[in-house]
Amino acid sequence: MEANNNHQNISQATTDEIERDEMAFDYLIVGAGPAGLATAIRLKQKNADLTVCVIEKASQPGMHSLAGAVIETAALDELFSDWRQTPPDVWVPVTKDEFSLLSASSKTPLPLPPQQRNHDNVITSLGALVAWLVEKAEALGVEVYAGFPAQQALLDEGRVVGVRTGDMGLDKQGSPKDSFQPGMDLKAKVTVLAEGCRGSVSKQLIKHFSLDKNSQPQTYGIGIKELWQLPPGRVTPGLVQHSIGWPLDTATYGGSFLYHLENDQVAVGFVVGLDYQDPRFSPFEAFQQFKHHPTVKPVLEGGEIVSSGARALVEGGWQSLPTMDAPGVMLIGDAAGTLNVPKIKGVHTALWSGIYAADHLVEQADSAGWDQAFRQSPVAKELYQVRNIRPGFQYGLWRGLLNAAWQTLTRGLVPGVMKHHEDHSALKRLSEMTQRDRQWVERDLPPRDRLASVYFAATEHDEDQPVHLQIADPDICTSRCAQEYGNPCTKFCPANVYEMIETEQGRQLQINAANCVHCKTCDIKDPYQIINWVPPEGGSGPNYRNL
Amino acid sequence: MNKILVIAEHANGVLNSSTARAVACAAAIGGEITVAVLTTGSCDVAAQAAGLEGVVSVAELTNPGNAQALAALQAPQLLEISAGYTHVLAPNSTFGKDLMPRLAALLDRPMVTDIMAVQDARTFDRPVYAGNAITTVQVDDDGLVLATVRGASWPPVVQTQAPVTVECQTSDIDLPAHTRFVALDGEQGDRPDLQAAEKVISGGRGLGAAEHFALVEAVADKLGAAVGASRAAVDSGWVPNDLQVGQTGKIIAPDLYIAAGISGAIQHLAGIKDAGTIVAINKDPDAPIFEVADIGLVADLHEVLPALTEML
Amino acid sequence: MKVLVGVKRVVDFNTRIQVKSDGSGVQTDGVKFSMNPFDEIAVEEAIRLKEAGLATEVIAVSIGGDKNQDTLRSALAMGADSALLVKTDDEIQPLMAAKILKNLVEQQQPKLVLLGKQAIDDDANQTPQMLAGLLGWPQATFASKLEIDGDTAAVTREVDAGLETLSVDLPAVVSSDLRLNEPRYIKLPDIMKAKRKPLEVIDLADLNIAASASIATLKTSAPPQRQAGIKVESSEALVAELKARNLV
Ligand SMILES: Cc1cc2nc3c(=O)[nH]c(=O)nc-3n(C[C@H](O)[C@H](O)[C@H](O)COP(=O)(O)OP(=O)(O)OC[C@H]3O[C@@H](n4cnc5c(N)ncnc54)[C@H](O)[C@@H]3O)c2cc1C
Ligand SMILES: Cc1cc2nc3c(=O)[nH]c(=O)nc-3n(C[C@H](O)[C@H](O)[C@H](O)COP(=O)(O)OP(=O)(O)OC[C@H]3O[C@@H](n4cnc5c(N)ncnc54)[C@H](O)[C@@H]3O)c2cc1C
Ligand code: SF4
Repeated sequence: MEANNNHQNISQATTDEIERDEMAFDYLIVGAGPAGLATAIRLKQKNADLTVCVIEKASQPGMHSLAGAVIETAALDELFSDWRQTPPDVWVPVTKDEFSLLSASSKTPLPLPPQQRNHDNVITSLGALVAWLVEKAEALGVEVYAGFPAQQALLDEGRVVGVRTGDMGLDKQGSPKDSFQPGMDLKAKVTVLAEGCRGSVSKQLIKHFSLDKNSQPQTYGIGIKELWQLPPGRVTPGLVQHSIGWPLDTATYGGSFLYHLENDQVAVGFVVGLDYQDPRFSPFEAFQQFKHHPTVKPVLEGGEIVSSGARALVEGGWQSLPTMDAPGVMLIGDAAGTLNVPKIKGVHTALWSGIYAADHLVEQADSAGWDQAFRQSPVAKELYQVRNIRPGFQYGLWRGLLNAAWQTLTRGLVPGVMKHHEDHSALKRLSEMTQRDRQWVERDLPPRDRLASVYFAATEHDEDQPVHLQIADPDICTSRCAQEYGNPCTKFCPANVYEMIETEQGRQLQINAANCVHCKTCDIKDPYQIINWVPPEGGSGPNYRNL
Repeated sequence: MNKILVIAEHANGVLNSSTARAVACAAAIGGEITVAVLTTGSCDVAAQAAGLEGVVSVAELTNPGNAQALAALQAPQLLEISAGYTHVLAPNSTFGKDLMPRLAALLDRPMVTDIMAVQDARTFDRPVYAGNAITTVQVDDDGLVLATVRGASWPPVVQTQAPVTVECQTSDIDLPAHTRFVALDGEQGDRPDLQAAEKVISGGRGLGAAEHFALVEAVADKLGAAVGASRAAVDSGWVPNDLQVGQTGKIIAPDLYIAAGISGAIQHLAGIKDAGTIVAINKDPDAPIFEVADIGLVADLHEVLPALTEML
Repeated sequence: MKVLVGVKRVVDFNTRIQVKSDGSGVQTDGVKFSMNPFDEIAVEEAIRLKEAGLATEVIAVSIGGDKNQDTLRSALAMGADSALLVKTDDEIQPLMAAKILKNLVEQQQPKLVLLGKQAIDDDANQTPQMLAGLLGWPQATFASKLEIDGDTAAVTREVDAGLETLSVDLPAVVSSDLRLNEPRYIKLPDIMKAKRKPLEVIDLADLNIAASASIATLKTSAPPQRQAGIKVESSEALVAELKARNLV
């Protein structure tokens, strides 16, 4: 009855026989992001008698939430009538858009792609939006429980009947400590997975039910973000700036964002497609380099970091959407992959998918038919239109941009669906890549390194718990991977979780699991697919402030 | 003219150096300093207090209840004498922290905890949020100022002057019987407790192997220091995790902290930001630890630590 | 035996503290708040007393704004029986907090008051001692072990000199140190149950407690950054420098 028989779970042996508490709800939602909360809110609005439970792995809702975030607000109008009087704590209407191409020393304005026109959109913080949505959900009677990760799906005769939450109080070896508290079984008529990008239970079930057999592989990016407090007078509240080009080479997809907030704050961040090829490449370093561009550094210099973090995002779009339902379970938001890549926006699509999912449940009271219902929705149409923009960039920046213009001009009407490759397979071997001069500069803005960056993420894990980054075969790390790729995990992880250290027994992989900010990049990009990210003890992980 | 009463901390007939630190703070406030010593009348602590620089008088309050320093018994004894002063200070040790708020409540006065700097006679700096912020606070009426004094911020005044007179008062007030001392179990380990030690030497990943921790321990024994470690050393299984210093380990403030083979990650530094003097021994001249170390030595610890053991 | 436990809502211990540039305090927007960790230990101890059959009822109290109801709900989820919020939006300093608690003690007549040894925001370490002083009760601060035996309690205290054991008559005030216990993880069903447990809100004004003298906070500043000092060239030079500075 366990779905996760395909990955080892250290705690399994000791805790399987344990008597577990059980609770049942009409609907159970995993993940308090925009998708999950929209579902919960809509369900209660339509039928106040339903019991609706949302569980979230963060210590408080919003603490693991990270996005740009410039959002479209129509879905909020759909959910609430009078919300504009008391918007979320961070709420700055966009006043101006800028899009430019960077070289190491200069900045060239580019025409604004229509998808990036942000009139009527608002700069917010996903964390603040989530906290605000949770208040509304609780006022409607939704039960929101933070600090409880879904560890695995519960299956009964081929149907998902709920989830088991994580055990608390296991030591490093997986044995119960005095404080041991077994996870419990939460059951529901339908479980809605709203775990966001690369959800761990979603991953189990997509595999278990082969939900991806008819879709292109999902592709991803990693986004790293910092919120800065600047000396007075530097920001233009509402200004939205995006760039492409340097510090990335033209073979690597990605770009920057710099959003001007109120109170002398800016949100600065960088997104890199995880289909990059160079195993030596470090997205974290690329972001830090961007901050030192001659047009960016003067904005930040003398300011201080309020909070920082990282999170993977889905980039596969329409063609990578898996089948979004299986018996007893529905996938919504970025757990399925509803983000609109050319817009770099997934909050509105997540909210809409949540709304449609609730409507589906109210009408059908079952998961069956959800995939079809979603694919007929306006949001699906939005995703279909832009389906061929991102894939064009696998041929480099220039062809990508040309293709994007073509796809936009034709509004995606030219039939056909461009293909994706799995991100980890894009990585080339050391021997196939010459080390390149990236014209990177000496840095002096904070943070000095990834450890200092993690400090601003306020991440927290009890160090005496099972390592939540399960390596199927650690021997590969020291042998094949070291040789073929030079251990790229030590470069792509933004939190310095993976270190190769010299010991008297030779080189070894050291996993600093307590540093982890739950971005999921390692689970995606490791070339041998031997890293499995599972939720650590509930409430662990970053504590972002308005990211 | 301020009249400042400093309540002495002592044990087994010896004045605790925290008292001389509190006197230093009193001197910074400025005024006539009196030290109050609560005893059973049978020891010479008062004489030691009488020799502290800047002290003009010592009031010895004797009562059989003073065999141990119990706040519930000592606060009532201080009630009456406090009335004649503008300030009453005590060390911010467990002794002072236990006693002073109780006394303040009996006097219906607010209290300032942990003075680290004196702005003027009624305005002080004190740490909040575990030292991550400093507040400047003011007792802004003209009533009695009660406060405890942060030891680490005030070097003790010296024992130089010719002793001043000791005034002896026997207090015969009724003391409550509801609080009784049972036992004191002084920590008996070979080395001082990491949290309380005045000197600490920590080892990091730079040690290279568990057995090399002996190098750190040898210096510790020479110095009478406690032993600490970085997370990397703990994770390598070289030492138990209760030796970890830093954000998720112990937060300590020894007078002397020696970091050997520790890079100085921000999470480690979070545990030693209030240390008096930081010494770094690291072979990498660019290690971040050197940005905060008061004394740095760029060298191989395998040579330095044995040499230190030899020379100290 | 009724036990009263005080819980304060504070900026979470793991939060990186940022001082506002105008010196008016520390940043709190978007910041996580939780129960003061020492208070959590106090609640845990009270509940263990109840589980051991020594306490009959555990009442959690908090002083502050409406958000403190969340903190009280956590205490209820841990196992407290009922909760009281003394509502005020004013800053409450330790002396005033002690007077409010004294008032509640007079109403509730507990035999034991358990408080955290200090709140991790103001780090004052005063309220338990002040409350004991105002009540004329025994106090046992910085407790790392608590044993109740009839009308007395044996309390082991973490003092600078080691571990001190006191015997106190009840009623008494005990303040918890870190090693008193390890608080339990809250169970999901208990959070649900906690929603139905009684939580009474009293307006501070209705308690008619006269204001007391207080301390003014003039400004809040960031602590000075440590600076790099000197480099020495050899072990000999290091030892000489340590000796010159009286450190060895
Ligand atoms: C750097 C970056 C910039 C972005 N910028 C923008 C932007 O400007 N505008 C925009 O609209 N979108 C933006 N996005 C995309 C947007 O953040 C996502 O599309 C959106 O948040 C998806 O919502 P969701 O509810 O599906 O998932 P999420 O917001 O990821 O929420 C999922 C929640 O589930 C929780 N969870 C996951 N697994 C479990 C589990 N097993 N048990 C319990 N809880 C679990 C997570 O902790 C999280 O709180 C950006 C993304 C990134 C990374
Ligand atoms: C949430 C979180 C919490 C954390 N909490 C803590 C904590 O509480 N405490 C803590 O310490 N860390 C903590 N860390 C980890 C911290 O970031 C560092 O990884 C850790 O402190 C590094 O330990 P180190 O300095 O021993 O190892 P390294 O960083 O590997 O440094 C070893 C140093 O030894 C030097 N060295 C090597 N050989 C020699 C030699 N022969 N002679 C002289 N020098 C030599 C090297 O130059 C290097 O500078 C935490 C991290 C996170 C993310
Ligand atoms: S370990 Fe994996 S999930 Fe955690 S921060 Fe590093 S890359 Fe992200």
